[in-house]
Amino acid sequence: MQTPAPVEYAKATSIADAISRLEALGEDSRPVAGGYSLIPMMKLRLARPETVVDLNGIAELRGIRVEGNELVVGAMTTHADVLSSAILFEHYPIFREAEHVIADPIVRMRGTIGGSMCQADPASDLSAVGSALRGTAVIAGSAGTRTVPLREFHDGPYETVIQTGEILTELRYPIRPGAGSAYEKVERRAGDWGVCTSGVFVVVSGGVITECGIGMAAVNADHYCAPEAEALLTGKAPTEENLKAAADAAANEANPNADQRGPVDYKRHLASELTLRALRRAVAASQGA
Amino acid sequence: MQVSVNINGVEHSRDVEPRTLLVHFIRDDLQMRGTHWGCDTSNCGACTVWVDGAPVKSCTMLAVQAEGAEVTTVEGLVKDGALDPIQEGFTECHGLQCGYCTPGMMMTGRWLVDQNPNITREEIREGISGNICRCTGYKNILDAIEYARDHANSEVSA
Repeated sequence: MQTPAPVEYAKATSIADAISRLEALGEDSRPVAGGYSLIPMMKLRLARPETVVDLNGIAELRGIRVEGNELVVGAMTTHADVLSSAILFEHYPIFREAEHVIADPIVRMRGTIGGSMCQADPASDLSAVGSALRGTAVIAGSAGTRTVPLREFHDGPYETVIQTGEILTELRYPIRPGAGSAYEKVERRAGDWGVCTSGVFVVVSGGVITECGIGMAAVNADHYCAPEAEALLTGKAPTEENLKAAADAAANEANPNADQRGPVDYKRHLASELTLRALRRAVAASQGA
Repeated sequence: MQVSVNINGVEHSRDVEPRTLLVHFIRDDLQMRGTHWGCDTSNCGACTVWVDGAPVKSCTMLAVQAEGAEVTTVEGLVKDGALDPIQEGFTECHGLQCGYCTPGMMMTGRWLVDQNPNITREEIREGISGNICRCTGYKNILDAIEYARDHANSEVSA
């Protein structure tokens, strides 16, 4: 039987309340969102917070909206709500495609986008999506809020730039008219972490790719992205040859480790192939837009 | 820490350690053994209950997080001695072998049918992907949930 170590529990009533509690409690406290990552880690004693501060009662952290030229997703928005969001789907089908292969429908009812981002699992699908889209994180603390590009959000596996006394409040993604996007994942079984994943967006205009983003998870790409591959594609015609060259470049930006999910060469092959498939679909969607 | 939870329409108040998981609160503190405790890692879904109408894997939620909530367990499906259509379905279609996954399958299955009364077999297959049957008796489980869909008289609403 797995049971967490003794822990104190507090339910935050607002963002300000959560911040003041976390700041007062110090580094041995942890905020809990959906709990599907933190609670299993507490059960395995990989995490032993003295106090968990529950964010589930904070309504202002939930919701999806358009603000100016950005999509804004509250950190406590559930996977199920991201999956079914018409607004996100209209601009970026990549959200629906990625969410559809995250965990299972029950976990998605309670698990949150912010919890997933902050867990920063190396195989985190939404981290790859966020880096592909060049989103930003809005982080609130007692001194106010700050924004951090998602390509600077991670300090390493399972570590983010969020400091004690801060919480992630929003994720913001720039709207790009005419963009196509797609997500590809190979997993051992339904709902598992990916062996390798790739998520991309492209904007095709005047016969060339004017802007693109490539994100990858589970293959140890720095900040889950492939900037050299993006540079290769930008300004180029979306030919099969150019897409293939970019996909191979992305695979070279991956640094996969051999583990129970597969050897290095297999994962690198997947990084190339999945990026190529995602690029083809995203290009077709952008050209059809 | 004091926690009060409405389970199947009845208020239960207990003093629990904050680390107590909801599944153990239900099974051990309240002695309601219908909810099963399976993999302990939120993969198998045997412990699925409804919290405020939405399915939750109760091995991965603290009991104190359910403070003030309305929880429905498999025991709550029976109404006035009459089986719920999902329970009838599992009976009529032989939707279980060892029975370990059954409470979770029924809670998820009934919820799926409530969400979408016209749910297809394919959608049910995906809908129960968070509930594992180690006997691999999925065909009859799908039949049972389809039975509930086709015999829904909605005596229980989520």
